[in-house]
Amino acid sequence: MSILVNKDTRVICQGITGKSGAFHCHQMLAYGTKLVGGVVPGKGGTTFEDTGVPIFNSVAEAMAETGANASVIFVPPPFAADGIMECVDADIDLAICITEGIPVRDMLNVARFMQGKRTRLIGPNCPGVITPDECKIGIMPGHIHKKGSVGVLSRSGTLTYEAVGQLSDVGLGQSSCIGIGGDPIIGTKHIDVLKLFNADPETEAIIMIGEIGGTAEEEAAAWIKANMKKPVVGFIAGATAPPGRRMGHAGAIISGGQGTAESKYAALEDAGVHIVRSPADMGKRMKELLGR
Amino acid sequence: MKLHEYQAKSLLARYGVPMLPGLPATNAADAVEAAKTLGGEMWVVKAQIHAGGRGKGRFKEDVSAEEIAKASRGEDAAGKGGVRLARSLDDVAAHTTAMLGKTLVTKQTGVEGKQVNTIYVAAACDIAKEFYLAITLDRSNNRIVFMVSAEGGMDIEDVAHHRPEAIVRVHIDSAVGVGAWQGRAMAAHLGIKDAKQQANAVKFFQAIYKAYMELDCAMLEINPLVLTADGSLYALDAKMDIDGNAEYRHPDIQAMRDLSEEDATEIEASEIGISFIKLDGEIGCLVNGAGLAMATMDIIQFSGGSPANFLDVGGGANQKQVEAAFRIITKDPNVKGILVNIFGGIMKCDVIAQGVIGAVKEVGLTVPLVVRLAGTNADLGKKILAESGLNVIPASNLGEAALKIVAAVKGA
Repeated sequence: MSILVNKDTRVICQGITGKSGAFHCHQMLAYGTKLVGGVVPGKGGTTFEDTGVPIFNSVAEAMAETGANASVIFVPPPFAADGIMECVDADIDLAICITEGIPVRDMLNVARFMQGKRTRLIGPNCPGVITPDECKIGIMPGHIHKKGSVGVLSRSGTLTYEAVGQLSDVGLGQSSCIGIGGDPIIGTKHIDVLKLFNADPETEAIIMIGEIGGTAEEEAAAWIKANMKKPVVGFIAGATAPPGRRMGHAGAIISGGQGTAESKYAALEDAGVHIVRSPADMGKRMKELLGR
Repeated sequence: MKLHEYQAKSLLARYGVPMLPGLPATNAADAVEAAKTLGGEMWVVKAQIHAGGRGKGRFKEDVSAEEIAKASRGEDAAGKGGVRLARSLDDVAAHTTAMLGKTLVTKQTGVEGKQVNTIYVAAACDIAKEFYLAITLDRSNNRIVFMVSAEGGMDIEDVAHHRPEAIVRVHIDSAVGVGAWQGRAMAAHLGIKDAKQQANAVKFFQAIYKAYMELDCAMLEINPLVLTADGSLYALDAKMDIDGNAEYRHPDIQAMRDLSEEDATEIEASEIGISFIKLDGEIGCLVNGAGLAMATMDIIQFSGGSPANFLDVGGGANQKQVEAAFRIITKDPNVKGILVNIFGGIMKCDVIAQGVIGAVKEVGLTVPLVVRLAGTNADLGKKILAESGLNVIPASNLGEAALKIVAAVKGA
C-alpha cells in the first residue's frame, strides 16, 4: 500500500508537448509510471513524440478513452488554473499541478470551484507525488528513492529530496513522498496528507518538513496531538530568515510576528513530534526512532 | 511588487475609492504648483518610500544616531518626521526641500533607512476619527479577509498583540464579493451607527474590494482610514503590494516599479532568474530550491556560523546562472567563505561543477569554498571538481558541508 498513487494509477498529462511537460513525461515513462495519455487542445488524435502515448483535446475525452484517474499539469501559469478546473469538472480522482507562478486570484477561484467536488488537488508549485518503484508523478529524481515504510511530506522540492536522500542513505525506504507546494493557496495541506499516512497500513512513520509563514504547521501539530498513531519527525525551514522577506516560496514569509519557526517548533514539540533543529539530522533521527 | 502611496492612490481612484485629492512632486516648485492646483489653505506633505511609520520616522541627515535608533524602533524621537502639515505655500516648499534627497528611517526601514525621491502633497481634512483597514489572503481558509480596527493610526501589530479583540476579521466569498450586511457590520464595529453613514461605508468597502481583486493585490493597507466631521470615509493613506505572479496582467502597474527602492544586487539576480536576498552574515550560500536554501541558512547557523545571503538558483539553472550567482555572492565584502549546496534533480551536478569552475576562473577565489553535490550526476560533478586543480573543499552531505565551511571561515 501507499497513499494517493500506486502501480495501478493511470496518468494523463496536461501540457505534455511543452518543454518541461515533455521532458518529465519521458522521465515518468522511464520510471515505469503508467502514463496513458496527454491533453493538448487542438492536438487531439496525435501521439506524444515516439512514445505512442495518445494525445486528446480535453481531459474528459482522455479519461473516457484511457480510464485515467490522475492528471499531472504542466500548463503555463496564465492557463494553469483553467487546466485544474477542467480536471475537477471531469471528476478525476487526483490532479497534481507542477506549474509555478499562478496568480493568487486565479487560485481563489479554483479553491471556490473545488468546494463539494470529488477531485483532490496536490500543488500548485510542487514537485509532485511518488510511490517508489510503482508510480512517479512529478519532477523529482526517481533514482534517489527506495521502497519502504517512511512517509515524507513537505512543501518544497529539493528539501524533500534531501530528506529522501538521507533516509535512503541510512537504509530506510519510503512508502510515498508528497510535495504539497509552496504557494499561499494549495489544494492539499499538511494535515490532509497526515490523515492519509495515518490510515495507510504500510506507512510506519512520517517525516514532515514545514517552513516559515502561515499557520498550517500549527494546525497540523494540533491534529497530530489528537489523532496521530505513528511517530513523526519534524523540521521547519527558515529559522534564520528575517521577518518581512519572502524566501522564494510565495508563502514563506514571516509577517506580523506570525509564522515564525519558533512558534511552529513549539507547537510540534507540544504535539509529541520528534523535532530536529538541523536539517542534516532528519534521516538519522528517524533511524533512531525506528530502532534499526 | 510594492507601490508608493501616490501610485496606489492613483489606482484606487479608478475604482471610486473616496480619497482626498493629492499630487506627487519631485522638487519644491512642483510641490507648490501641486498645492495651488489642489487649492485650500492647508496641505500635508508626505515622503514617498516603500515603508510605513513615516510620521514617526526621522531623517538621518537631521538628527543624531541615538534619535535615529529610536525612530528605527518606532519610538518617539527628537526632530521632524516624514509627514508634515503645511499652513502656507512657503511651508509646502520648505517641507519638500527638507525631505527630498534625505534618508528617512522608520520602524519598517531598519536603521539604514530609505532615500526620499518623491513627495506627495495632499489636501488636509477635518478628521473626526481614525481607523485601520487591511485586506489580504487568509491562508487558513483560502478567503480574502478584511481586518478593521477602530484604533487607526496606531501600529496595527501592537494592537494585534495587546488588544486582539479590537480587530474584527470579515471573510469575503469570492463568488459574492463584500455583502452589504458585511459592510454594515464592519461600519458598526468602527462605531458608525447612522444608517446613511453605514450605507456610505458599504460603498467604500465594496469599491476597495473590487480594486483589490482587479488589481491583483497581495496586500492593501489603509492606515488611517478616516471619518470626517461630515460623516464621510476617506482612505488617507494606501500601502499596496501587488501579487508578483499576476504582474504580467498589469503592464501599467509594472511601469510603476521604483528600482531605487530595491537592492541593486537583488535586481541583478532577479533579471537572470535567481532569487537572492542579502543578509548580515559571513558565509555566502549557493543552493537550488527555496526550501533547501532556507535549510542551508539554518544549518550554517546551527553549526556556529552566519549566512550572508539566501540564494536560490532555481530548479533548472545552467552554467551561466551559476557563474552569475557566484559573482553576486563574491561582491559582498562581508563574505568570508562560500557554501555551494546542490541536490540535483532536474539540475545535473556536472553542470553545476562546470559553472563553479568557470566562475572561479573568472572572478577568482579569495575565500574558502565548500561544495556539496548530491543527486543526479553527483559523482561526475565531484570528479570534475577534484580534477580541476581548484582549491575546493568537498563535502559528502549537508551536515559535513556546514561544519567544514564554518571551520574554514573561523580558521581564516
